[in-house]
Amino acid sequence: MSDVMMDGFVGTHAPARAVVYNDNVVKKFTIATIFWAVVAFLVGVVLALELCWPELNLGFSFTNFGRLRPVHTSGAIFAFGGSALFATSFYIVQRTCRTRLFGGEAMANFIFWGYQFFIVMAALSYVMGYSQGQEYAEPEWHLDLFLTVIWVSYAVVYIGTVLKREEPHIYVSNWFYMAFILTIAVLHLVNNVAMPVSVFSAKSYSAYSGVQNALIQWWYGHNAVGFFLTAAFLGMMYYFIPKQAGRPVYSYRLSVVHFWSLVFMYIWAGPHHLHYTSLPDWAQTLGMVFSIVLWMPSWGGMINGLMTLSGAWDKLRTDPALRFTVTSVGFYGMSTFEGPVMSIRSVNSLSHYTDWTIGHVHSGALGWVAFVSFGALYYLVPNLWKRSGMYSTKLISWHYWVATMGIVLYITSLWVAGIMQGLMWRAYDQFGFLQYSFSESVNAVHPYYVIRMLGGLLFLTGALIMVYNMVMTVYSSTTERREV
Amino acid sequence: MFIRHETIEKNAILMLVLTLITISIGGIVEIIPNFTIETTIEPVKGVRPYSPLELMGRNIYIREGCYLCHSQQIRALKDEVERYGHYSLAAESQYDHPFQWGSKRIGPDLARVGGKYSNDWHYAHLIHPQALVPESLMPRYAFLAETPLETKILDKHLKANRTVGVPYTDEDIANAKKDLEAQANPEADTDFEATLKRYPKAIQVPGKPGEPTELDALVAYLQVLGTMADFSSVTPEQLNR
Repeated sequence: MSDVMMDGFVGTHAPARAVVYNDNVVKKFTIATIFWAVVAFLVGVVLALELCWPELNLGFSFTNFGRLRPVHTSGAIFAFGGSALFATSFYIVQRTCRTRLFGGEAMANFIFWGYQFFIVMAALSYVMGYSQGQEYAEPEWHLDLFLTVIWVSYAVVYIGTVLKREEPHIYVSNWFYMAFILTIAVLHLVNNVAMPVSVFSAKSYSAYSGVQNALIQWWYGHNAVGFFLTAAFLGMMYYFIPKQAGRPVYSYRLSVVHFWSLVFMYIWAGPHHLHYTSLPDWAQTLGMVFSIVLWMPSWGGMINGLMTLSGAWDKLRTDPALRFTVTSVGFYGMSTFEGPVMSIRSVNSLSHYTDWTIGHVHSGALGWVAFVSFGALYYLVPNLWKRSGMYSTKLISWHYWVATMGIVLYITSLWVAGIMQGLMWRAYDQFGFLQYSFSESVNAVHPYYVIRMLGGLLFLTGALIMVYNMVMTVYSSTTERREV
Repeated sequence: MFIRHETIEKNAILMLVLTLITISIGGIVEIIPNFTIETTIEPVKGVRPYSPLELMGRNIYIREGCYLCHSQQIRALKDEVERYGHYSLAAESQYDHPFQWGSKRIGPDLARVGGKYSNDWHYAHLIHPQALVPESLMPRYAFLAETPLETKILDKHLKANRTVGVPYTDEDIANAKKDLEAQANPEADTDFEATLKRYPKAIQVPGKPGEPTELDALVAYLQVLGTMADFSSVTPEQLNR
């Protein structure tokens, strides 16, 4: 049974009858993904520069770090990551269900334009000074309501497509995408309950306060990582690695076990953001225990992804797009090991509030999320625009190495900076006094902030190389497909 | 008892229902007891709702994204308590909608910054941080000094807070504007004594008569942070429970 299911998507079987897929919406989201990638990375570099030289904040309200930072985080997670997920999920669900997207062209377009409108409005509202003041949930109540409409439409289209599938089995990618759609809806609705000051005012007050608010926010925040940035991207991995490697998924059983354990355990992990705070200890302990156990299903996914390449490792030499995908799984494994370590209370007492956390997030966001998306994009663009292949394999290689160098600079500099901050804040001198003032720790990390900024700049450069390569792929005559 | 996975993966609705159950368990077990267990928030004397000026200042704190660089949560660790003061108690943020504990210290923790510096220091620091702290990475907030504070629907702000559980009385709401003006202007002939009775430990800031700025509000908020709780009424045994 599993063989049939897994084989089907490697392309060995021809479809029973030709299905005309809705690839228009996939194309639109693909373009949006590339566009928002550049925007999110660019804003990230600007913020990194502001942390190196604070004069660059310029003193305008809308250029200050505090207002731009949500533009970067929302831009990276929801604009770039979100668009990549819409593009790939719509591409994958049609092919693995062998059916056209449910809901028709109009509904798909509504989701595309609605989501883009949401992103633009959210970004504008941050710089203009509207924010709920909760990390990764900054959009105010009216935008939250609007996003709910978009998200429900997305669920209808996606689940509708799965329901009218021509395949008896639901392919593993779709399990992850469905869990993602469902969980994000629950998180979004619960975390954003708020009381607007008036219907004409963008300002609202969260329904929760203090310790309960903190717990719900980090239940939301950590599962935005767990379901938006992990589960859904695993869905992406489960389609593109077998496709690019030309091999079926390594273990069907492993995918079943790690899917259910991952979705069960992630939900518990939020309180590890609140160690030693006024959150009750029992909740902190639960969060820590589940975060550590979570290591196992995370690595289940990594193993299943990497082992799929058994017998096809040679392709890494010739296919730099596959190199992106495989490296992303490596980074996934690394950051899902680092995460459980940082969730241990005694480690967290050092790492929390420092740049170590920022480095950890970026090894996941750049190494895993962005790289697996790049791998998918290099596969999707020639396919969607019906070209013979990417314009330049060499440029993919350049992108790969420039971006990898960028990540390495980024995360190593912030490891050093973060651990140094943690150690300086808790250092005592021989007389039993705190050894360093806070501002001494600020001074000490300056060189590492500069290295981090350079790492980000390299990553952005890599993305620009990709943009050029993509544009040339679509327009150059050298990539025209010859009909046989 | 056991369903074959084949059954689940052939039935999208069944799979969605099972996924929903699977993701709900952890959230329910962790979140609901924090609302129902009484010891989650130990009552502490002195913690009160924010005065209207402090509340508006807090909104500016949120709007400018201060929480992205400053935490408001002193952890129960020796060095933190020595650096910033008594570790934060749950009761101290019980009227914070939303909470502003933060997750990153690009600058120092602010949970107990109230009263640590003078009003003058705060004004000068917010207008040009590097003039006072050369190492600082903080942006300049001079524009707040030039922006008049928006107070047109002040009462609605208090009412919205009351809806989500902050115990503002009708009297508090009726006097909101007066209280705000009294706190923002020491020279006005308004009655700050009455304001202090409603909001003990509120700090008056030297605003211009009749036109409080956003900076005035922000300073009033910063000056009350961490000063409300009356620690003399709390015994160590109470906290060790």
